[in-house]
Amino acid sequence: MPLRKDIKKILVIGSGPIVIGQAAEFDYAGTQACRALKSEGLEVVLVNSNPATIMTDKAMADKIYIEPLTLDVLKKIITIEQPDSLLSTLGGQTALTLSMQLAKDGFLAEHGVKLLGANPETIHKAEDRQAFKDTMESIGEPSVPSEVVEDVEHALSFADTIGYPVIVRPAFTLGGTGGGIAADVTELKEICGNGLRLSPIGQVLIEKCISGWKEIEFEVIRDAKGNVITVCSMENFDPVGVHTGDSIVIAPAVTLGEHEYQMLRTAAMNIIQALGVEGGCNCQFALHPTSFRYAVIEVNPRVSRSSALASKATGYPIAKVAAKIAVGYTLDEIVNQVTGKTKACFEPALDYVVVKFPKWPFDKFVYAKRTLGTQMKATGEIMAIAPSFEAAMMKAVRSVELGMDTLTKKKFTKLSVQELLEKLNDVDVDRAFCVFEALKRGISVEDICRITTIDKWFVCKLQNLANIEQSLSDGALTEEKYLTAKKYSYLDGTIERLSGTTLAKAKIKRRYASYKMVDTCAAEFAAETPYFYGTFDEENEAAEFIEEHKTDKKKIIVFGSGPIRIGQGIEFDYCSVHCVWALKELGCEVIICNNNPETVSTDFDTADRLYFDPLTAEDVDSLLETEKPFGVVVQFGGQTAIKLTEHLAKRGENILGTSADSVDMAEDRKRFDQLLQDCVIPRPEGMTVFTADEALKCAGQLGYPVLLRPSYVLGGQNMIIAHCDSDVREYMEIITQTKLQNPVLIDKYMMGTEVEVDAICDGEDFLIPGIMEHIERAGVHSGDSISVYPAFNLSKQIQNVIISYTEKLAKALKVIGLVNIQYVVCNHQVYVIEVNPRSSRTVPYISKVTGIPMVDVAAKIMLGHSLKEQGYPSGLYPKQKYVAVKVPVFSFEKLHDVDTQLGPEMKSTGECLGIARTLDEALYKGLLGAGFKMKRSGGVLFTVRNSDKPEIIGVAARFDALGFELYATSGTASLLNRNCVPTNIAFRISEGKAPNVLSLIDSGKIDYVVSTSETGRSPALDSVKIRRKSVERGIVCLTSVDTASALLGCLEKELTVDDLEMIDITKI
Amino acid sequence: MTAKLILQNGRIYEGKAFGAVGTVVGEVVFTTGMTGYQETLTDPSYAGQIITQTFPLIGNYGINSLSSEAAAPAAKGYIVREHCEQPSNFRSQGDIDGFLKACGVIGLCDIDTRSLTRVIRETGVMNGMLTTEDVNIDDALVQIKSYSVGKVVPLVSVTKKEQGGKGKLNIALIDYGYKRHIKAELEKLGASVTVYPWNVSISELLADKPDGIMLSNGPGDPEENVEAIDTIREIMKQNIPLFGICLGHQLTALASGAKTFKLKYGHRGANQPVLDLATERTYVTSQNHGYAVDGDSLDKEVGEVSHVNANDLTCEGIRYKNAPAFTVQFHPEAHGGPQDTNFLFKEFISLIEKGTK
Repeated sequence: MPLRKDIKKILVIGSGPIVIGQAAEFDYAGTQACRALKSEGLEVVLVNSNPATIMTDKAMADKIYIEPLTLDVLKKIITIEQPDSLLSTLGGQTALTLSMQLAKDGFLAEHGVKLLGANPETIHKAEDRQAFKDTMESIGEPSVPSEVVEDVEHALSFADTIGYPVIVRPAFTLGGTGGGIAADVTELKEICGNGLRLSPIGQVLIEKCISGWKEIEFEVIRDAKGNVITVCSMENFDPVGVHTGDSIVIAPAVTLGEHEYQMLRTAAMNIIQALGVEGGCNCQFALHPTSFRYAVIEVNPRVSRSSALASKATGYPIAKVAAKIAVGYTLDEIVNQVTGKTKACFEPALDYVVVKFPKWPFDKFVYAKRTLGTQMKATGEIMAIAPSFEAAMMKAVRSVELGMDTLTKKKFTKLSVQELLEKLNDVDVDRAFCVFEALKRGISVEDICRITTIDKWFVCKLQNLANIEQSLSDGALTEEKYLTAKKYSYLDGTIERLSGTTLAKAKIKRRYASYKMVDTCAAEFAAETPYFYGTFDEENEAAEFIEEHKTDKKKIIVFGSGPIRIGQGIEFDYCSVHCVWALKELGCEVIICNNNPETVSTDFDTADRLYFDPLTAEDVDSLLETEKPFGVVVQFGGQTAIKLTEHLAKRGENILGTSADSVDMAEDRKRFDQLLQDCVIPRPEGMTVFTADEALKCAGQLGYPVLLRPSYVLGGQNMIIAHCDSDVREYMEIITQTKLQNPVLIDKYMMGTEVEVDAICDGEDFLIPGIMEHIERAGVHSGDSISVYPAFNLSKQIQNVIISYTEKLAKALKVIGLVNIQYVVCNHQVYVIEVNPRSSRTVPYISKVTGIPMVDVAAKIMLGHSLKEQGYPSGLYPKQKYVAVKVPVFSFEKLHDVDTQLGPEMKSTGECLGIARTLDEALYKGLLGAGFKMKRSGGVLFTVRNSDKPEIIGVAARFDALGFELYATSGTASLLNRNCVPTNIAFRISEGKAPNVLSLIDSGKIDYVVSTSETGRSPALDSVKIRRKSVERGIVCLTSVDTASALLGCLEKELTVDDLEMIDITKI
Repeated sequence: MTAKLILQNGRIYEGKAFGAVGTVVGEVVFTTGMTGYQETLTDPSYAGQIITQTFPLIGNYGINSLSSEAAAPAAKGYIVREHCEQPSNFRSQGDIDGFLKACGVIGLCDIDTRSLTRVIRETGVMNGMLTTEDVNIDDALVQIKSYSVGKVVPLVSVTKKEQGGKGKLNIALIDYGYKRHIKAELEKLGASVTVYPWNVSISELLADKPDGIMLSNGPGDPEENVEAIDTIREIMKQNIPLFGICLGHQLTALASGAKTFKLKYGHRGANQPVLDLATERTYVTSQNHGYAVDGDSLDKEVGEVSHVNANDLTCEGIRYKNAPAFTVQFHPEAHGGPQDTNFLFKEFISLIEKGTK
C-alpha cells in the first residue's frame, strides 16, 4: 500500500525533558520520523517541550511548538492546527500516554484526528496489566502469574497465594518507576503503596518473581498488511530482576539454542500480530535457564530505548521504517537504505556482536543506593561493536568513561576472597567487575554462576579476559601475546602496564585498528552507508571506502560526547550534529566518532562517515591513521571530546577552533588566575588547602559561606557550600579519606545573581546572542537553575560590564568558536566564576529562542568565515520579543536516597522550555512542562534553614494570601506566626508526636513543600527524609526560596492554559 | 595447529585448525544465519561444499543429539571466526570442535570471515581447499580448479525405502538429501511418511498408492539429476498432490520444461524475504540454495510463479496448473531459521485431503 491519501497534516508528539528511562533515544527516533514524514510531502506539526533536541529544529517540521506536554496544551494545539492524524509511537511513554488520553476522552474523534502507529485498543492491550494478561492468554503466550490490584490489601492477599518474593510493577510509569521486588509483607506494603501513588491510573501488578531467568528481548516491526519481521534479538548479561535499561546487553542473543531462539521469535511475532501494532514493538521475555519454559514480561507497542539500540546495532532504521508504516507503506515497499538494493522486509544479519553498557549517575550521588532492580537508574548508555564479546566488553568499559581501561575495578582488588564471595551476592552497578575480580582470584566459574545466576557463557568469556591479563603479566611480552591482546581490544597503554614493559623495549611494532562496516546483512550485499567499527584484522574497509570515494573536499572529524550523564546531556549531541551539518554545508567531508546508541549523531546518515568506537586517545589514533583528516573538532562534544585536545595537539592534528593552549589556560587554576589578573577581571577570592586545619583557617579568613571543591574535577563534582566550621570538617573528612594528590579549592561564596553567557568569537569580533539570568542565586549549579532569557533584573550598566568582560576573556583566550562564561553579580560587582571555551548546555536553548544557529555560526568561523562575513554584528544581539525560560527536570523518583536539595553539584537530567511574551507566562509554561501541577489551593509545608528564615516570611505571606493552609516545623512556624502569617505546627520526626512532617505529607494535605537545609546529604537527616517523602508522593518540593518566589509569581497571576499563547518557534 | 583455506583465485586464509585434520576440496559458500549452526552443518544440501559462517561466534550453545537434520554432516569443511570452547545450554552434550572431530569434518577458525565473505560476494562462489597439512600451492590450485560438486544426491539419499509409521495419510517423501524436519513437520500433522531413495521408479512409488508426494531438498546442480526429473514428470501426470522444497522445487520446474541457473553466490541464511504474489504478504524464510529456477522460462500454461525473493526478485515458488502441485525454493520446515511459512505443510495436507474426499 502506498502513502495513505487521507493523511496530509500530521501531529508528532515528542517525549519531553530527558529523565531516567526516557533519554536521547526519542530525539533520535523523533528526528528520523519527522524527516521521513517530511520526505513524503506531509505537513508535520511537532510538539515537544525539550529545546535541547534536534527534532525541535526549524528544518525538522513545518510547525514546532516547544510547549509543555500536557493534555490541555495538546488540545489547544490540535484546535489551532487541526491536523488530520496523530503519530503516537515515537515520543516514548509520554507521547503514548498522552495520545491514549486524547483518544479515550473522545477529543481526537471530535476533531477528526486519526491515531496512527498504535490505536487505543492496541495501547490498552499492551499497557493495561489485566488486558495484557488476557491478550497473552488468548493467544497462548505464557505470562508470569500476576494480578492487577488497586489497593494494598488485595496485593497482600494475592502475594500470599503465589508466595514471596513478588515484583511490583505500577501501570503507565516510565522505566518502571515506583516498582520493586518485595521479599516480605512489610516490603510489599511499602513498595505497593508507593507504586499505586505513582501510577497515573492507580494500578499496580503483583507478579511472581522469576529472578534468575534469562532476559531476552526482540524488536519486531509489523505493517498494516500483517507483514512482520524481527530486527534484532538481545540478551541481558544480568538475568531477570535487573531492569533491562540497567543491564549489560548483548545483541544478538548468544546463549539461546536454535530451538529457544525460534520459539521466542515466533512468540514475539504472534504478540505483535495480536496487538495489531503498525510500526515498531519491543517484546521482553524471561526464559527459564534449563527448560523451554518462558514468559512474556513486557511489551512496548512503540519505539523505545531498545529499538534505538537495535537500530544502531544492526543498521536497520526502526523509527524511520515505523513512521513510513504509520502513513501507509508496507515493509516490502520500503527500501533498505543501507544496501540501497534490498527491502525493509528482511531481517538484519550481524557479523559482529554489540554490547550495551549503562551509564549510571552514582559518581554524582554518593549516598544513593547502587543496587539494581526493576526500577531503571541509568541516565545513558554506550554501545560497543566487536567480533567477540570480550573485545566488545573492553571497548564498552572504555566508552562508558569510568576511568577504567580493563574490567579491573580498584575497590575490589583490596577485598579478600571471602569478601568477594560475599560481594558477588550484591546485584549492583559493579557486579560485572566483581565477577571479573573473583575470576582473577581463582573463584570458579561454577561458583560465580551459582551465586550470581549469570549465564556460564558470559562468565567464561570474562575468564578469557582474566587469562589474557594473567598471561600479559607472566613473563616477557611477546609479539604473539601482544596480538592476542589487541584482538581482544586491549589498548597499548594497558598492555604495557600489565606486562610491565613498553612496546619499544619488547621490540614490538605498534598496530592500529582497521575498520569493518555495519551493513545489516553480514556482507551478503555491498552496502552504501559508511558506518564502521574498529577491529584488529588485516582488511580495512574504511580505507577502501575512502579510496573508492576520493573527493577534493576537506576532511574533518567531529568528536562526539559519549554517554548521556548528568552534566553532559543531549545538548552536546545537538551541538555535534549541528557542527556536522554546518561543515557539510560548507562542502567538507565530515566524519563523526561517537559511541552513544541513543543519539542522532550516531545515525548513519548524519555525517559522511560514522565511526562507532570509544573516544580514548589511542582509539582515536587509529581513526586518525585511517582518515588522515584536514582538521578535527573537539569543541562540541562536551568534556569527552575536550579531554582529547591535549593529545590531538601533541600529535600535531589541526584542531579547528580554540587552541589546546587556550583550553588549558581556562582549566588550569594558576594560568586562569593569571589571565583574569591580566584582564583586570575579578573572581571570588579563593585559596588552596590540603588539610582540614588549613581549610578551617582559610574559611575563617574568607568568611562564611565558602565553596569547597577538589581541584582535579570539573563540572561541580563533589562541590559543597559550607556555612560553618562543621560543614568544612565533614567535607574535609570525606575528601581526605583518599590520599590527596591535588589541593582542595576554597572560594568565597558570593550570594549573588548568577548570569550566564554563551558567546561566539572569530578572533576579531564576538557575538553574544543573549544574556541569561538565573532565578536561583549563585550556589545552585547553573544546570539546575531556572535560566531566563533575556536577563530580567540586570541594569544596563551591569550588562555592559558583562559584555566587556566577555569580550576581554574571549580575546585573551583567543577563542575561535564558542565560549561559555558564568558570572555572579553581587553588590553591583560582576565576578567571573567559570570560563569554558567550548559549547555548553545552554547553546540549543539560546539558539532556538534568539534564532541564531550558534553551532553553525561557530563551525563556519572555525573554517575562516568571520562573523562579519556571515552577516552578524559584534556585541550583544538585540533582544527578541519573547521571554524564554529553561526549567531543569530531575529524576529523583528513580533514585532512592538522593537528596533533592539543590546545590553546587548538578542533579538535573533534563530541561524544558517555557516561551512567552512575559516572564510570568514563560515561567508558568516552563514549570508546567517540568511537571508542576500548578495547584492554586491546598497546603504548603515549610522547613527552612536559619539563613533563609528572614526571606521565608514574605514567601509564606504570599502563599497565605492565595488561600493556602500553611504548616511549618516549630521554629519556622513561630517565626511566621510572630509575623502575622498564620501557620500550623508540624512536629519534627524526632519529636515523636503526631502529626509529624512525614505523616502530614502522607495525609495528602500538602501540595507544596519548601525545604532548604543547612548541611549534609546523608539520607538519615530529617530534612532529606522530608524531601524524599515529597518526591515519593509526587509533591512539588522547592529547595530554594528563589524558586518558591518565582512559582508564586505565576500562581498570583492566576494563569491557566487557556491564557497561554501557543508559539510556533519556526516563526521566530 | 594451523589450517588454511586456499581459494581458486589463489587467495589464502590462514588460521587455526579445529575439528578433524586432513585436506578437502569443495565449493566455498557462506551462510548468514546467526543461530542454527548444528542444523546448518547437518543439512545434506551442503554436500560437496565448504561452509563459512558469517556470524563470528559459533558453537555458543553446544551440540545436542536432537538438533541434527541428518545423521552426519554432508559438508566437506567448516569455517568460522571463533568457535566456542565452553558452550552453555542445558541441552548441550558437547562442543562443536568435538562434533566435527567425531564426524570427520575439517574446521578452520580464527580467520577474517567477513573478508572471505566479501571475496565470495564479489567474485561468486568458487572452489577452495581446506587443509591442515603442508601442501604445494601450485598442485593444490590444479586440484581446486578441476573440482566440481558433481552429482552428489546419491551420496546423501537413502538407498532403500524406509516405511513410515501409522498415519491418517500416506505421504511419499523422495529423498534427495532431506532434512529431518520435513518429515517431522508432516508427521506432526498426522501423516505417515515413507522415505524413498532419490532414484525410486515411478512404478514402485505408485504401487504404494501414496496420498501425496513430497520432494525434498538436496545438494548440487539440479540438472545433474536426469532420472529424478523424469520420474517427477511421470508423477505430475498422476494427479497426486505434490509439494517440493528447494531441490524438489527446482527438479519439478525442470520436469515441467523450465530452466534453472546458478546464482552468483546463492541464498544461504535465515533472513531472506519472500513475497507471496497472491496475498502480497512477505515472509522471512530460511534458505540454502546455489541454483534458482528461471521464472520466465516456465510455460504460463503449465504453472505460474507464486513467490519471489523480495531482494533480487528470483523465483521462490511455483503453483502448477497441470497438476495439484506447488513448490517452494525456501525451507518452510525451518531448522534453522524462521518458522513463518510453516503453514505450507498444512496447505499441502489440505490439498491432499481435498483430493481424497
